[in-house]
Amino acid sequence: MTDDLDDLRMLLKAAPAPEADAKARAMALAMENFDRLQGSADAPRSSEDRTKAAPQNGVRRMFKFLTSRPALAISTSAAALLIGVAVILPVTDLRTGPTDTPVATAKPKVAEADPASPDTGDVAAVTERNTTPPGTMDAPPLPKANHETAEANLDRATGNDLASSVATAEPAPVEPMADVLPEAEPEAEASLLAEEALPAAPATNGGESELSDPAAIALAPMMEGDAELRLRMEAPAEAIGGTLGYVTAEPVVAPVPELVQPQLEDTEAYATEAPNPVKVTAEEPVSTFSIDVDTASWAVIRSTLNMAVLPTPDQVRIEEMVNYFPYAYKAPTEEEAFASTISVMPTPWNPGTRLVTIGIQGALPAVTERPPLNLVFLIDTSGSMEDPNKLPLLKQSLSLLLAELRPEDQVAIVAYAGSAGQVLPPTAAADRAAIMAALDNLASGGSTAGAEGLELAYQVAEGMKADGEVSRILLATDGDFNVGVSDPEGLEAYVAKKRETGTYLSVLGFGRGNLDDAIMQSLAQNGNGTAAYIDTLSEARKVLVDQLTGALFPIADDVKIQVEWNPATVAEYRLIGYETRSLRREDFNNDAVDAGEIGAGTQVTAIYEITAPGSDALLNDPLRYGAATAEGTEGELGFLRLRWKAPGEEQSTLVETPITGTEEATAETRFAAAIAGFGQLLQGSVYTGDWGWDQAIDLAVTNRGDDPYGYRIEAVNLMRLAQSLSAN
Amino acid sequence: MLMDTPDEMLATAAAQGDRAAFATLVGRHYDRIHGLAWRLTGSRTEAEDLAQDICAALPAKLRNWRGEARFTTWLYRVVVNAAHDLRRRQQTRHRASLGWGDWELARQDEIAVQAEAHDWLAEAMTRLSPELRDTVALVLGEEMTQAEAGVVLGVSEGTIAWRMSEVKKRLRAMAREDAK
Repeated sequence: MTDDLDDLRMLLKAAPAPEADAKARAMALAMENFDRLQGSADAPRSSEDRTKAAPQNGVRRMFKFLTSRPALAISTSAAALLIGVAVILPVTDLRTGPTDTPVATAKPKVAEADPASPDTGDVAAVTERNTTPPGTMDAPPLPKANHETAEANLDRATGNDLASSVATAEPAPVEPMADVLPEAEPEAEASLLAEEALPAAPATNGGESELSDPAAIALAPMMEGDAELRLRMEAPAEAIGGTLGYVTAEPVVAPVPELVQPQLEDTEAYATEAPNPVKVTAEEPVSTFSIDVDTASWAVIRSTLNMAVLPTPDQVRIEEMVNYFPYAYKAPTEEEAFASTISVMPTPWNPGTRLVTIGIQGALPAVTERPPLNLVFLIDTSGSMEDPNKLPLLKQSLSLLLAELRPEDQVAIVAYAGSAGQVLPPTAAADRAAIMAALDNLASGGSTAGAEGLELAYQVAEGMKADGEVSRILLATDGDFNVGVSDPEGLEAYVAKKRETGTYLSVLGFGRGNLDDAIMQSLAQNGNGTAAYIDTLSEARKVLVDQLTGALFPIADDVKIQVEWNPATVAEYRLIGYETRSLRREDFNNDAVDAGEIGAGTQVTAIYEITAPGSDALLNDPLRYGAATAEGTEGELGFLRLRWKAPGEEQSTLVETPITGTEEATAETRFAAAIAGFGQLLQGSVYTGDWGWDQAIDLAVTNRGDDPYGYRIEAVNLMRLAQSLSAN
Repeated sequence: MLMDTPDEMLATAAAQGDRAAFATLVGRHYDRIHGLAWRLTGSRTEAEDLAQDICAALPAKLRNWRGEARFTTWLYRVVVNAAHDLRRRQQTRHRASLGWGDWELARQDEIAVQAEAHDWLAEAMTRLSPELRDTVALVLGEEMTQAEAGVVLGVSEGTIAWRMSEVKKRLRAMAREDAK
């Protein structure tokens, strides 16, 4: 509708005229800063052109006079020349400046710093250098606000690798500064102040330091990035008091490799717990946890690595990484809901321990017999969903899903943004055109009233329900629930209550930068659903199409795993992953306690690392008064108990299997071990010892097995990427 | 004489420390800076503050002026970047409540009394994401070509075209809603 566009154009053109006062103020400030900058530019660079400086000072002074008012025409035509000079010798204004600096004193001081570049530890020399120049050089006004600017820039620089790009573009980096920074914080700060005359300079120095500061690497994922390749460091506007209100290192400086531009903001939140510690079997023989079929962590790690950033440990949930991959476990017999496969093998990263892998394979009921499905798409259309990898990807993903539905299935769409509304009333999946049209019309804008949307979605789902049908809400969001009930606990309680009515909730996460992984996790856990993170269309296909049956049709609810270890054969054990899923021992038999669900045909894998008594690999000393050894179970490593409920049932079923220690490992379990190792390497785990990326990659490559969709080779490539990144 | 000197030459002279050239340049472009700032933020006060910040920072920024682009293109980029930074600074849990979003909240509180036309404009802008708003401000407000806007925003021309078609879609959806 071009009319609307024209209206918009007309209205936008009619910008209000600026107030004369404001204009005068701004211009006065501009002139003031302009004057302040003259003669003080680039002071910190003065050491770089030592040998050539003197003869050219005269030239510079000449230009200085030339460019003053009467000779403007000449100066403008000589401008191109001058640019060249300014690039090579960005410094000398200092000595030609109006403050009449005693050049002679300044020179030796700075020269002294010059050879110090390899001499990083020499704090004394640096301190002297830091303290002298401002005094002797009587540098142009360096108000206190500049110091704050330096600090602010420093803060930003540590979290922002854009700064480093700026640094590389600078003609004359000040090497020694960077090296001193980590060890001698106060000096470094002072030096920034001392060296700084042009406030853009500390940004550069900060960037330098960031490059050389290993700690900054850990901060990398927190940093802010910019899609538009803007290379700037700015000081906060508060520094206005007399100096530049707002300083940026120029946008047009240098090309940055695309990969170093993560579009991250630091509003992401992750559900995380400290990695499980090693437990002593004699003290705590029983390990209990709920299964977890989420895969979101893997996709988050993948998208982070693809932005050339190592994931932070809190983004890593090993069980979700392991469970991302399909495994060819033994299929259950017809009457079983699922089958468990145990395997025992030497630990790849520790010759003194063994890995016990517990694989659970859900039954795959014949697809033709599946009950009709009621799906409610609950779609976040808030302004933050605008990006091409959010709402547009979501639309494509859901259209993939539509193709998999049957005519008798029903679909409804609820959108929420500033307010929640039903976009599509329950419609038979056969009417594809109507559903697609409704999807197509979704537009983003406004804030996010997640709670309201959720309530409406449950209402719609209730209305669609008939006997024997499966109802599920698919919540698609980038993680914002910030208007209305933004109390996550309240939301969780609400979802948990609604779960009782038989309507399940799955969460699909889109986009990065605002991902509230913690809320996604807890909603999906409480809603008996899965949380998946979708970053590409092929991930959407994996989650929604390949796993449609599993994601949408539960075959067992509240699946809990309990392993009792035999202290006679296992002295210590450690559950790898499942930190956010651990259960109290007594909750295993308590059917009122919620746990994870298994969908049709899905696999779940849990891995324990165990240490035999007397092994060199034991981390704890044995007790003098050990527990009595169990009788009649000689040689058994432990005892696996599984509890689950058939969907909708109140009573749980118990299956028990001994772990004999003779179960053989397969390529499948070795691959799972490689992924668990990958996760631990990403977490910087203390348990992997010398075992590193090369070994992890080898293990994964050798045990790639049948990989029809290429998920495993993708994992190998990500491991290689992580290896390169962690080498930096 | 100064009044006839092209922007690019003035900028180069100013970057070399020519005070008169700098004064002319700022005087010539203040209104433009202010106008784009208004289109980007949707608020007169913010536009004023932003324009002032930009003017204050301009002397330092000019040192990086390389004369590689048209001065206005360079300047637009400075303004857009400053507006982005402003948004980022303002970003809180209520991420949408900035600029046009502020206005939206004010409307809900029935505090602001706005002319009907501005009403529609504000609503339209509120519903657009920051990227789309920037694009609209440049393409419609500043009447740039899609290629020019692409250079300023640092994205391809195709992206601008895509964004403009998104804007059209949004507006259409709005019109439909209004009709209801």
